[in-house]
Amino acid sequence: MSMTWEVVIGLEVHVQLNTRSKIFCACSTAFGAEPNAHTCPVCLAMPGSLPVLNAAAVDKAIAFGLAVGAELNHRSVFARKNYFYPDLPKGYQISQYEIPIVGSGHLDVLLPNGEEKRVGITRAHLEEDAGKSLHDAYPGESGIDLNRAGTPLLEIVSEPDMRSAVEAVAYLKKLHALVRYLDISDGNMQEGSFRCDANVSLRRPGAPFGTRAEVKNLNSFRFLEKAIGYEILRQQDILESGGKIVQETRLFDANLGETRSMRSKEEANDYRYFPDPDLLPLQLDAERIEQVRKSLPELPDARKARFMEQYGLPAYDAAVLTAQRELADYYEAVATGQDAKLAANWIMGDLLGALNKAGLEIETCPVPAQELQTLLARIADQTVSGKIAKEIFEILFQEGDSVDAIIDARGLRQITDNTAIAAMIDEIIAKNPQQTAEYRSGKEKLFGFFVGQVMKVSQGKANPDQVNALLREKLQAPAKE
Amino acid sequence: MELHQLELAELAEGLRKKHFSAVELTQALSPRLEAAQGVMNAFISIDSEAALQQAQSADQRRAQGESSPLLGIPLAHKDIFCTRGVRTTCGSKMLSNFVSPYDATVVRRLQEAGTVSLGKLNMDEFAMGSSNETSYFGPVRNPWNLGCVPGGSSGGSAAAVAARLIPAATGTDTGGSIRQPAAFCGITGLKPTYGRVSRYGMIAFASSLDQGGPMARSAADCALLMDAMAGHDPLDSTSHPQGGGRFSAALGRSLQGLRVGVPAEFFGAGLDPEVAQAVETAIQWFAAQGAEIHPVHLPNNAHAVSTYYVLAPAEASSNLSRFDGVRYTHRSAAPKDLQELYLQSRYEGFGAEVRRRILVGTYVLSAGYYDAYYRKAQQVRALIREDFRRAFAEVDVIMGPTTPTPAFALGAKSADPVSMYLADIYTIAVNLAGIPALSLPCGFSKEGLPIGLQIMGDYFADELLLGVAAAYQKDTDWHRRAPAWEEQ
Amino acid sequence: MEAEIVKRIAHLSRIALPEEELTQVAGQLERIFALVAEMQAVPTEGIEPMAHPLDLQQPLRADQLRPETPSREELLASAPRAQDGLFLVPKVIE
Ligand SMILES: [Mg+2]
Ligand SMILES: [Zn+2]
Repeated sequence: MSMTWEVVIGLEVHVQLNTRSKIFCACSTAFGAEPNAHTCPVCLAMPGSLPVLNAAAVDKAIAFGLAVGAELNHRSVFARKNYFYPDLPKGYQISQYEIPIVGSGHLDVLLPNGEEKRVGITRAHLEEDAGKSLHDAYPGESGIDLNRAGTPLLEIVSEPDMRSAVEAVAYLKKLHALVRYLDISDGNMQEGSFRCDANVSLRRPGAPFGTRAEVKNLNSFRFLEKAIGYEILRQQDILESGGKIVQETRLFDANLGETRSMRSKEEANDYRYFPDPDLLPLQLDAERIEQVRKSLPELPDARKARFMEQYGLPAYDAAVLTAQRELADYYEAVATGQDAKLAANWIMGDLLGALNKAGLEIETCPVPAQELQTLLARIADQTVSGKIAKEIFEILFQEGDSVDAIIDARGLRQITDNTAIAAMIDEIIAKNPQQTAEYRSGKEKLFGFFVGQVMKVSQGKANPDQVNALLREKLQAPAKE
Repeated sequence: MELHQLELAELAEGLRKKHFSAVELTQALSPRLEAAQGVMNAFISIDSEAALQQAQSADQRRAQGESSPLLGIPLAHKDIFCTRGVRTTCGSKMLSNFVSPYDATVVRRLQEAGTVSLGKLNMDEFAMGSSNETSYFGPVRNPWNLGCVPGGSSGGSAAAVAARLIPAATGTDTGGSIRQPAAFCGITGLKPTYGRVSRYGMIAFASSLDQGGPMARSAADCALLMDAMAGHDPLDSTSHPQGGGRFSAALGRSLQGLRVGVPAEFFGAGLDPEVAQAVETAIQWFAAQGAEIHPVHLPNNAHAVSTYYVLAPAEASSNLSRFDGVRYTHRSAAPKDLQELYLQSRYEGFGAEVRRRILVGTYVLSAGYYDAYYRKAQQVRALIREDFRRAFAEVDVIMGPTTPTPAFALGAKSADPVSMYLADIYTIAVNLAGIPALSLPCGFSKEGLPIGLQIMGDYFADELLLGVAAAYQKDTDWHRRAPAWEEQ
Repeated sequence: MEAEIVKRIAHLSRIALPEEELTQVAGQLERIFALVAEMQAVPTEGIEPMAHPLDLQQPLRADQLRPETPSREELLASAPRAQDGLFLVPKVIE
């Protein structure tokens, strides 16, 4: 049955911009302060106080617009969205309505199957964040903390271009990577710096869009995936039993893995948007835009192309390694002066695998790039074999310390002395006359047995190439005589 | 002559020549404030002790060689301006316990200039009114006739200056709230060009119309105040970068060749004949000084009141949402839930006129009505501005009456909001356009009530208006007449 | 003006409207909208709406923290109900 439905997904993402001060006042945006410690007459909406726009918030919005190839509106207008809520001190949110700062653009997203998909960005606008209500500390009452009120937000609205949870997650990840590349947000999802709402609807392929539900508060990639999955099943059930989807706001309950209706909270809402008379139209001149353009870092797509060119990496590797700014930085630090493809293999295989298993991110990786680079260097200069290197990596990851210290302390240095290896081989041949005879009479499969014996005696430290060469020489020698 | 009878400029000279100190001046005025309070109710808060401290510090500054013209000058602020540590009520129960944690820019600038604040002046609640009868703290009475209103919303300011309680006051003007009470009380008041005086800390009624300004006995005194009040404020996005000026230095001017526009629309039906007579006589005086009198047309002035009563309530409905019972306002007793907290606190905290305007504003912004009301009114607003553009291509100033009648009796219009709104028929267009205008006394009715002449100018013509008014006041003495309220 | 509309507007405005005041308030609003209706007849086709008297652009503030601020105690001094630096309201139901 599900084959006959197509899911249509659009995302609205609220990104907290990492400015020092709030969007309309000079209070700090730092997270985690004492309640209301970062407030002032403006963000508490004291009588008579007025907003003045933070230049850095504007520049960060411009940077985003440039990065997604968007039209920047040279004149945008701040509007008031009017509603009452205790965490909204003015009784309205200053946002942008009819004319946002960033117009339509797009993001190219790499899907897990290796395909690339272009997702349209409808618009992105500047607005202010609300405060927080704390519900648990006081019986029957809520505490209002307005530290977050006035933190600058960029609300990024996508086109309804995504057709699966996988696509939605890929888009969100790419967007997350982008805002961090641009250094316009810390992207911290636990602290609410990067929040996602999803509009989800079903339709028969080729039919007009169905009625959508808006799912709020998807604060991780996993929640987004789960919530969409749940919505697809819920809406499918309703549609297939002849029902109709209600256009509504739903909240994702992470504990139950379900979405639930916010009881038509919207029913009476009429936001009465109108241009904020305390603010004038925001004009962007070419010079300001150029200034921001010059300060833009290398963006993921450009970096991917360079990785392919400069390091000779295949497209897939380059895409994976540039998906996060920190990962790409890590890769470049490791690859410097080393075999670039080997570095890519180590990072994409061993490192990402270990991080994944440990539930860590590249930013919290216990192995500094410098150490992994040293490890590759020790393989290259034959201090250790590839096999021993894996052991060292494991130790580095679990216990820390440095590559060279581990090699020394644990005596892991490779044995490259031909005389020493030859002595080991002589001893092994002497101890195993039976196998030696069989090998010499043509049972060549036994070669592996001898390699194993040498590695066992050398505790894996004998240089494998030398072991191979000497073994062949010594095992074959008497037959030729 | 007693100190309270002196004009601001005369007081400044007396202080400069050390004929008296700021402390002596404050001590001379303070008892009069208290005495008049029971009669006129011009103040919401009087803080004589804080005033005395400020006066002492002004005297110290003078002793250290400072000589700014306003150093030691006593005045009072309309209670719409936030004053740190002093209750700021905006004439409302809603803010009856609000102590501002910060100073309005106007307050700070005047403080830095050395003025001494004697208290906070009564006003219509949230500046919504034309008679000072909507104040939670009771109506203000007109010192010329205690049975009459002083006008509004800056009624306390006008009454206190007219009654010689204080030489000067601050006021705000959204649709005539400086000029109309100035006319009703026989004083001089300037509504500056929008953007010249910072709105930071001035409790917003309608942000795109509000403008603070000076109220004093003469144009020269208003100019001295403007020297300190006006100027760019980085805390107000709508503050003009070139807002400042040297207003008092621009006063001495000839009227020869001044082109004076007289709009027929300001002299039609509804204008009291005594007001018409006094205003026409004043205009004749200007002609006699060499000014050229030209008819001008402001056809869209007819739509000013209706346009205003869409735009001002719309902005107000949103501006007043912050008064929600949560952070610093009145909160209803023991609300059972959050919704009741909002509904009851705002019902109890706002008076009937404020509630009415919020409802009007909410309505015109709501879905389905926005285009027909709000957007439409913004278009008519553009036409009203265009009228002035056209007129000021031909003339330097426009003159007419400030109000259709002299001050009316208390209670005369309070039953019908619309009749009250029409009292501002000549002042509202100026706010919609954002241009400057002042009102100055130009005569009296047979009943002894003052009559105001309104002079309007193009953007940034504030200095010109003050100069033109000062020239008139050099030759006339309407502004020197004092009400005998002590004998009433 | 219909009672239902007046009630809806009052609720949107979060202002209680006691039943016994409804007729009077509706009547006054009707008078005001009769006054306002005059403006709706003005021909305004093609006229750009005027949002603001100033033909200026929004100024920008440098991204800097304010050197000083009123203390939290002073900012919360007028609060009808506050504790531990928080404003308190009846429980907000999500
Ligand atoms: Mg938003
Ligand atoms: Zn703040």
